[in-house]
This record gives sequence, structure tokens and C-alpha cells, in this order.
Amino acid sequence: MTVVLQTTHLVKQFGGLTATDDVSIQFEAGARHALIGPNGAGKTTLINLLTGMLKPTSGRIVLNGVDITDASPQKRVRLGMVRTFQINQLFPDLTPLETIGLAISESRGDGADFWRVAGTKPGLNQEIADIIDRFRLADVMNTRTSILPYGKQRLLEIAVAIACRPKVLLLDEPAAGVPDEERHEILSSIAALPKDVTVVLIEHDMDIVFSFSEKISVLVNGGLFTEGPAAEVARDPRVKAVYLGESLDA
Amino acid sequence: MSEQTPTAKRAAQGILARARWHPLEFVFWIVAFSVIWLLPNKHLILTEIAWLALFALSLDLILGYAGILSLGHAAFFGVGSYAAALLAKHGIITEPVLALIAAGLIAAVVGFATSFLMLRGADLTRLMVSLGIALVLRELANKFSELTGGADGLQGVTMEPILGRFRFDMFGHNGFIYSLVVLFVLFLIARRLMASPFGLSLLAVKDNPLRSRAIGISVDARLVAIYTIAAFYAGVGGGLLAQTTAFSSLDVFSFDRSADLLLVLIIGGTGYLYGGLIGAVIFKVMQDYLAQLTPQYWPFWIGLVLVILVMVGRDRMLRWTEPVRALANRLDWRAKGQAS
Repeated sequence: MTVVLQTTHLVKQFGGLTATDDVSIQFEAGARHALIGPNGAGKTTLINLLTGMLKPTSGRIVLNGVDITDASPQKRVRLGMVRTFQINQLFPDLTPLETIGLAISESRGDGADFWRVAGTKPGLNQEIADIIDRFRLADVMNTRTSILPYGKQRLLEIAVAIACRPKVLLLDEPAAGVPDEERHEILSSIAALPKDVTVVLIEHDMDIVFSFSEKISVLVNGGLFTEGPAAEVARDPRVKAVYLGESLDA
Repeated sequence: MSEQTPTAKRAAQGILARARWHPLEFVFWIVAFSVIWLLPNKHLILTEIAWLALFALSLDLILGYAGILSLGHAAFFGVGSYAAALLAKHGIITEPVLALIAAGLIAAVVGFATSFLMLRGADLTRLMVSLGIALVLRELANKFSELTGGADGLQGVTMEPILGRFRFDMFGHNGFIYSLVVLFVLFLIARRLMASPFGLSLLAVKDNPLRSRAIGISVDARLVAIYTIAAFYAGVGGGLLAQTTAFSSLDVFSFDRSADLLLVLIIGGTGYLYGGLIGAVIFKVMQDYLAQLTPQYWPFWIGLVLVILVMVGRDRMLRWTEPVRALANRLDWRAKGQAS
């Protein structure tokens, strides 16, 4: 298996707090890889470092053989690494249609066209429609995002990322806050992702983690605690201890 | 072309919604041009409305579309004004249309150079930076009085006929038609820009810069671009003032001008391009009317209107116009089958 994304000795400190502690991790092409760990383990910080929302204190990040440690977030997106957010980050004044259209235009490299009326590029509408259909957003595609029901917003959150045509997709708790009856839509949309896309999932819900992932890495206190095939990690008593400890605290 | 799915057809319709012309827009421009004949003795104040509208349109481009709050937009208006006056005075470019474009471009260069200062920080930072830039430019114009005429203003500007044919007459007839045409052309360009993926991405940046970056949009490049374009628009507005009055003075840079501009745009509303135009009409008409009524106290009434506007909220006031808009929508033959 080839490695598409890896970090070496990645460290992030906020003042005296070490949020990411010497993390060297590898993600393989086409992997279904989950990142788990108790609250405050540094999962989201790691995603922020990978996607360039935060600059690491030290260490390197390499994507498809390119050192991206100092690259801007948008550069990393163009190189194929896209993320979703734990708390929806959408465009309230745009419609789902416009949002997805923007993301696709950007991935095609014509997002900065200034003298062409949006939506007049051949084939673009079909491409938008495919994603809208896949995420069951057709009935609300012309509704302002700010007034969409939360479940639809959550679907859009993931649909936008898919519209960027990622090679590596980082999902930060995709089902967070979604009621059970709408969960399956999100999970099935994740399950339907192309096999060649590397998917990294942060999730608290262990049912989702074990149904989705082939490999699991466990973060504790900012450091990589252990990792391995999903079944092995599931049996690991130390991992259970970490989680039980956390659930007792909570 | 391959067969399109029903969703794709609806998507094709929906995404063009922003670009479609609303019937009221046609009405607006027909009225605007008809005042050439309907109000021939008001052309001087109408000229003021035209350049103010263009100036406010410029602010709308950065505030309404990109979310950049500025209290120093007069900086670019002033640069354009002095540029147009100096080009004419020294006979560098005598044809007004070319000189106006040059004035806009000079303002755009200043806009581009200062845009990088506007990228960082929150609203308050941007307010202060923009305010500072306008103050600095004003004092520069004051200091280099040999070039600008300092506090006396730039005297002795003579304007050649527009396109070599239409003379600036003392009643301001040609000056108004000229200003209105410039406003219309630049409005059409702005409308086209804002209906493009570029324009849409500005709205995205305004809504959520974090997510914009996360879908690959170069946020800083977008902001620099629109700030530069807006500076061009403001510069042309200032150029129109200088050309139609054959004069430029330090007050083109004044804080009052920037602050009034914000008022104009708030009155008309941001983010739909007509706000600055409508705001300019209301502001100037009120100013004119109230100044006759109570010469010293007219800002009182402007202030009152502003407070009411903010307290009542534009959304609620727009509801009063609902019947008109409903009628307009019914007349909109292209809106049929678009009820989504």
C-alpha cells in the first residue's frame, strides 16, 4: 500500500499546553482510517494541522510526496486534501446549489472566472446535480442555507467537501448532532464514497467507527497511543481503559 | 449534449436566478434615463446623485459583497478627483472619457497597494486602517499644495468636450447625461461581475472565510481583487465630480464624505447593487429638501431617519413594499415554473 498522507514528529503547542505531541502517523491510499480518543485528545487539532488551519510548532506533513507543512489551506485543497467540520461551516446566504457549484468550480480551476455568468459552464450543472441527488438535497437546493433543517445542513457540510473532489477526505464527526433517523443518510453517503478516496474519520460513536473503519489510530493527550487493524484495537484492553476512564469522568 | 437529469435542469435554472433581470430593474433604469427629459432644470443635483450613486456602488462592492467595512472610502474618491482635475488642467489627457478611465485606474493602483493592509484583522481594525489611509492622503494633498492647490483647491481646470463633441454646459445637461451613462455602464459591469463565480465566491468569503479556504478559494486574492475594483469605481466617481465641476478640493478626502457614504449605503441597503443608487437618491433629495426647510438642522433629520431605519429594520420596512414586488413578480414572465 502506498502512503498518501503522513506526518513526522508533528508537535503543536498552545503556550504551555501541548495539543499535539510528537505524532508520526501514516494514511494509506484508499484507506478507511478512524482517529479516536477521549475528549481533548487532540483529534481536531490534528485535523487543523493537516489542513493548514493551524501551523505546527515543529514536524513535517507530506501529501502525495509533496511537503505541505507551510502550504496555505487552499493550496492543500487543490492538492486533494479536503475536510469537513465538526460544527457546520457553511455559507448562510448562499443556496446549497450555489455552494456546491462554487466548490466544483473551484476544483475545476474556474472559480475565479469573473466575466462568465455562474452556471453557464457546460457539464457543470450535471455535476452539481449528481452531488445534490446523491445527498438528497434536490428539494431544498434553491433554499437559503441559513434556513435549512439541521440534518440537511449536515448533509450539505459533507456534500461540499465531496464537491471539491478530494483524494484525501477528513471527516470531523460527520454525524455529530444528527438525530438517529437522519443518521443513516449521512452514513450511507460516506459508505458510498469512491474506493480510491482515502477517508479519515474522527468519531465518538463506536458503532460508526467499527462499521466503517479498517484501521484505527488512538490519540490520548495529544500523542499517538496505539494503532492497528480495527478488530485488534477493539480488543485492546488499554484502549478500553482509556475510554472507560473517560466515560466514568463524563 | 448528453441527456440531463431533472435535477440538472432545475439546477441550471436555479443557479441563474441571481443573474436574471427583475422587471423592477428595467423600471428603475427607464425612470433614471427619463429624468433627462422630465427634470431638465434639476440636472445639477441629479449629477451629484449620479456620482454619489457610483461612489456608493463602489462601497457596496466591498461591504455588501465582501464584508469589508470601510470608513475611508473617500481616499479613492479623492485620488480619482484630483487625478481627473490634474489631467485636465495640465492637458495630459484632455478627452474626458479617457481621463476618467485614467483617474479610475490611478485610484485602482492606490486601492491595490492599500488592499494588503485591509486583509488582516476584524471590522474595527479595517475601519481604523481605512480611516487612517484617507487622513494620510488628505494631508499629502494639503502638503503638496503646489500640485494640488492645497486648502484653496485646484483652480483653473478647463474641460474639453466629451468625446470631442459634447461640451460641459453651465446648466449641467451634458454633464448629467455623461454621469448617468458612466454610472449605467459601470453598474452593468458590476452586475456581471457579481453574477460570476468570482462574485459568488465573494459572498462565500463574506459569509465564512474559514470554509472558503477549506473549499480551495484564495480568500486574500479575492479581497485584493474586489478592493482594487471598488477603488476604480470610487476613483471614477471622484473623477466625475471633478470633471462636472471643473474643480477639486481637499474635502474630497474628508472623513464626512466617507461617513456620509456609509449612511447612503445603509439607507439603500447592501448586497444587491441597487442599495447605493437608491440610497444616493434618497440622501440627496432629503438633503436638498430639508436644507431648504431648515438650513442648519438638516443633518438632524438624516440622523433621525438612520435611527429609525436601524431600529425598525429594513426587512420590516420592505414588507410594506410587498404588494409592489408581488405585482412585479406576477409580471415577470420568465419567473413562471420557477416557484422553488
